[in-house]
Amino acid sequence: MKTGRMFRGFFVKTISFVGYTVQYGCIAHCAFEYIGEFVSCSGPSMEPTITNHDVVFSERVSRHLCRIQKGDIVIAKSPFDPKMNICKRVIGLEGDKVCTSGPSDVFKTHTYVPRGHVWLEGDNLRNSTDSRSYGPVPYALIRGRVCLKRKKNGLTGRTSSKPVWTTSPKMKCYHAGRPTFSLEIILNHTQTLSYSSCIRSLK
Amino acid sequence: MAQTGFGRRYFKAFVSGFFVAVPVTVTVLDRLAYVARVEGASMQPSLNPDGGSSPDVVLLNRWSVRNYQVHRGDIVSVLSPKDPQQKIIKRVIGIEGDFIKTLGYKNRYVRVPDGHLWIEGDHHGHSFDSNTFGPVSLGLVHGRASHIIWPPSRWQRIEPSVPPERRPLLNWEGATEDGYDD
Repeated sequence: MKTGRMFRGFFVKTISFVGYTVQYGCIAHCAFEYIGEFVSCSGPSMEPTITNHDVVFSERVSRHLCRIQKGDIVIAKSPFDPKMNICKRVIGLEGDKVCTSGPSDVFKTHTYVPRGHVWLEGDNLRNSTDSRSYGPVPYALIRGRVCLKRKKNGLTGRTSSKPVWTTSPKMKCYHAGRPTFSLEIILNHTQTLSYSSCIRSLK
Repeated sequence: MAQTGFGRRYFKAFVSGFFVAVPVTVTVLDRLAYVARVEGASMQPSLNPDGGSSPDVVLLNRWSVRNYQVHRGDIVSVLSPKDPQQKIIKRVIGIEGDFIKTLGYKNRYVRVPDGHLWIEGDHHGHSFDSNTFGPVSLGLVHGRASHIIWPPSRWQRIEPSVPPERRPLLNWEGATEDGYDD
């Protein structure tokens, strides 16, 4: 009799534990899928904005509302390996004219970004495989927009006890670079010129 | 007094139920299964054989494509490369490495790149598929259509099958796909 009651109590506890786990797991899934997530970036293709082993926060709201803009840093699924993610900057949206030739080429070539696609490039143009090699990326592969980056206190050699978060350098870069965007399309400036001016303004 | 107490209890129950039901439903729709109505004639006669009069409703299995394991002949729903908010449902004709003869694409023969798929509607000529926009990235795959669940007269399991005239010419391992020759 008593063991029957014990079993029932144990059973009820297990069921409620499973129920709470499922509920909190679903809430966590909704948060990561629709609000934002932390991502650890590796690779040199976004230097100096994002360096190797940086932790960034990418928010998902802009992607779901289709509000990704030119100049945003985005996390996207790699077109050639859907299990890998790439972190690049949006250089052109659909319909934009982008420069596909390098800074050293004599004849500049341009292409238009097709409908439903974006043109991604890393900030470290010399060391980045991006849309210049594999072409425009479908917008639906974008996962989120990077908005915060964890700042490391490297000057004094002392890491702060609480991580410090900075807003994306894109914010300052975009405002400084805004006039050069329109100038670039008209005067055929290459991407390096416009972004080196952005990077100088950050320092 | 008693009425406000009852109203508060009801409100609390509603809010706690809401916070359970909505995340669970959203997670199930994102990770397990999705139900969608098929519109258009691009997959006739497999889906929507009657056209607009009674569109088929299919069950999309999202759990089976979580690792992007897709096979030739599957009917899959993908996010459209031309419109990120639209989903299109087509059959997988070729997977990465396959050598395909296209129907109306800019190149007559195409090798499907790594991490990409070649999808086609069964109703050639009335279909907005890879013959228009080229290979699609595996990352765009949304789910695999496993069953037709409405109308009840069309309840069935969808079997993967590639039309024999659309089989790839060869795949990256070098073995020919169209028939076994002695």
